[in-house]
Amino acid sequence: MDKIRTRRRPPAADGAPTEMDSDQRSKFEIVAREDFSDATYLLEIYHPLMAKAARPGQFVIVMAHEHGERIPLTIADYDRDEGTITLVIQAVGKSTREMQQICTVGHCLHGMVGPMGMPSEIGQGQKVLCVGGGLGVAPIYPQARGFKENGASVIAVLGFRTSSLIFWKEKFESCCDEVIVCTDDGSAGLEGRVTEGMRLALEKHPDIDECVAIGPPVMMQGAAEMTRPQGIKTMVSLNPVMIDGTGMCGGCRVKVGDQVKFACVDGPDFDGHQVDFGDLMARLSRFSDEEKAAMQRWSEHCRMAQQPDGLETPPTAPEK
Amino acid sequence: MAKKRTIRTIPQERTPVAEQDPGERIRNFDEVSHGYGKEEALVEADRCLMCPEQPCVAGCPVGVNIPAFIQKVTEKDLRGAYDVITTTNLLPAVCGRVCPQETQCEGVCTVGDTLEPVAIGRLERFVGDMAIAAGWANVPYIEPSGFRIGIVGAGPAGMACAADMAKAGCEVTVYEAFHQSGGVLRYGIPDFRLPNEVIDAEMGNLEKLGVHFECNTLVGRLFTIEQMIDELGFHAVFIGTGAGYPNMLGVPGDSLNGVLSANELLTRCNLMHAREFPNYDTPMPPARHVAVVGAGNTAMDAMRVCLRLGAEEVSCIYRRSRAEAPARAEEVHHAEQEGIRFKWLTNPVAVLDDGEGGVSGIRCVRMELGEPDDSGRRRPVPVAGSEHDIEVDLVVVAIGTNANPIIGQTSKLALNKWGYIETDEDLVTSMPGIFAGGDIVTGAATVIEAMGAGRKAARNMRRYLGIRDADAPYRASGADTLFGIDLRERNFVRIQTST
Repeated sequence: MDKIRTRRRPPAADGAPTEMDSDQRSKFEIVAREDFSDATYLLEIYHPLMAKAARPGQFVIVMAHEHGERIPLTIADYDRDEGTITLVIQAVGKSTREMQQICTVGHCLHGMVGPMGMPSEIGQGQKVLCVGGGLGVAPIYPQARGFKENGASVIAVLGFRTSSLIFWKEKFESCCDEVIVCTDDGSAGLEGRVTEGMRLALEKHPDIDECVAIGPPVMMQGAAEMTRPQGIKTMVSLNPVMIDGTGMCGGCRVKVGDQVKFACVDGPDFDGHQVDFGDLMARLSRFSDEEKAAMQRWSEHCRMAQQPDGLETPPTAPEK
Repeated sequence: MAKKRTIRTIPQERTPVAEQDPGERIRNFDEVSHGYGKEEALVEADRCLMCPEQPCVAGCPVGVNIPAFIQKVTEKDLRGAYDVITTTNLLPAVCGRVCPQETQCEGVCTVGDTLEPVAIGRLERFVGDMAIAAGWANVPYIEPSGFRIGIVGAGPAGMACAADMAKAGCEVTVYEAFHQSGGVLRYGIPDFRLPNEVIDAEMGNLEKLGVHFECNTLVGRLFTIEQMIDELGFHAVFIGTGAGYPNMLGVPGDSLNGVLSANELLTRCNLMHAREFPNYDTPMPPARHVAVVGAGNTAMDAMRVCLRLGAEEVSCIYRRSRAEAPARAEEVHHAEQEGIRFKWLTNPVAVLDDGEGGVSGIRCVRMELGEPDDSGRRRPVPVAGSEHDIEVDLVVVAIGTNANPIIGQTSKLALNKWGYIETDEDLVTSMPGIFAGGDIVTGAATVIEAMGAGRKAARNMRRYLGIRDADAPYRASGADTLFGIDLRERNFVRIQTST
């Protein structure tokens, strides 16, 4: 597995950002990047003020370039000493693939705003199950760490499609009492989805009193169903389509119980037993036709740009 | 010697303004109204009687000295006219386009008692456009007062407050959550009503006054209002974050794909350039038959945006009658010209599912007007058995907004029961040094009312900081003023208040 990690070190000898250093850094500069797989990548973005303000469970909205979309991304980690925000991104659509191409170390995002949303409530649970599926493994990390710092016993269940996509296992091992890895194809850890890992954990630890699950909607739904019989409090983090992230557009409205909530300002964390996942998944497909068209167009442009006589550039604004 | 009374005749009707042909304009985003040229402006300016009562000045939320600027226009002194307007209103080209003049200055115009009122809005726009074309904006030296002011929200209220505080020598920083400043002017009002170049030009004047803009900054979450005072070193803060939390219909089918708020539609189109998809990455929901619920300015904008994006049929569904529609008269007129189908006295009861998560129609009932309600408007009541379906594939909801919760969630500011920030008459909040104004205090209103609130807050902020209130030069009009600063008395003096 090829994991390439690049980082631009601050010029100060001790590695701590100095005043001079912060002057030299541009706004929203990418200071480190790590590729977990050919589709998943990590970016560390310099934003000391945000690193100071961020709490587990919050998210940012980034714009890669002037013509870009506003993309909501859950904060995977933050480093107050280095002044950075960590994002883990999966290249699934046009915008995230394009970011994968242009977001190299030293590149500056057009914009990054946040931290948005209500911070997760790190509850008083004594034994907590933290479930992350795929990309959701990243944002579950600050929560696991938060629970540990609160004195809870933390069991992590991390689900991936296959062994080559596994990331941050060591990071979790450093702050969790137990880490269960599941892969869909059984190439590492337990074979099956995260629910298999959860079943194992729940059998072994009947005293689990709180659960947090982050991942694709169908995974969070499955996780919520696992804990429903025992009535274990289960929080999930929703990431619907949104534009402003400040409650202004209402695009991110979700059904929770009998109420309509805006994920950006009322969430993104909600009680998993109350969330209407069917509604969430339907709303996530709102722009699927447009997304497909944009993706196709983008791929064609990339292909043409790779041809020796392909003079055409990608359809969006080039890197500045 | 007694002044000689002259009797003069004025044209009965206001000078018409050239507009893009409706058939043509529904295919582009260019501005609908071309605005007055010099000749037309002179003819229209001559219709002002220069009456001593000046009801128009009182009718303007920021008190623009309207007869004085029209006088300058008749004298062909456009620079003078610009200076008169900008003593109280920094954004004439914007306000000339978006103010509801018929309920403000023009609504009380003396000429309007018997004839059509003077077209004050069009004249203001003419002057504003002339200023942009000529690049009038030389800024005088302003002596720094040493105070730092933080403004939350780069919309009309925040900008008006920022301008006044900058003129008072303060170092002003405006924080904006979006990646561009302008607030509702940028994300809400479409280009065919307010072109981006006009916003850029008039906002540029603020930067020339030394106002500093910080976009991509969500106050409340990145830092709190309290931190602005305690840690970031601001001496006073103004909150003008707008209402911005859209009401949805609250009927079955509300959450279907194909139901969206007008805020979302307009933000996609205006701020995010979705109409240029795929050159810009933000997509627009496809729409052939559209129903827009509501009849305010936002609803009119949403309908006309849908037309321009290629919708075949756009209907306006409003539960009251045309007389109660809150939109500017000109917007309703333009919408009618463009072929919007108005369904007055109609109320949605359900959005219909097409079986694939989208919208196939909207079920409505007819309404009739009953007894007046609290707002003085006759309350619409449903007519029994009048249910009918309208076939649509997109439903846009433009029925108003609620208070945005972010500042309330993140500060200890007192809110009223609807979640708006509570202030006294001077726009002082429950925390010392923190002022608030605009939609986040009053609920959704107009651009000019927000600007009026921003200016009022600035006046009280200066008093709070002990900056000598220099409203006198603001009122003194004449060619000698620039951005309201009398050149002879250009500096504000900071007076030491008792300790």
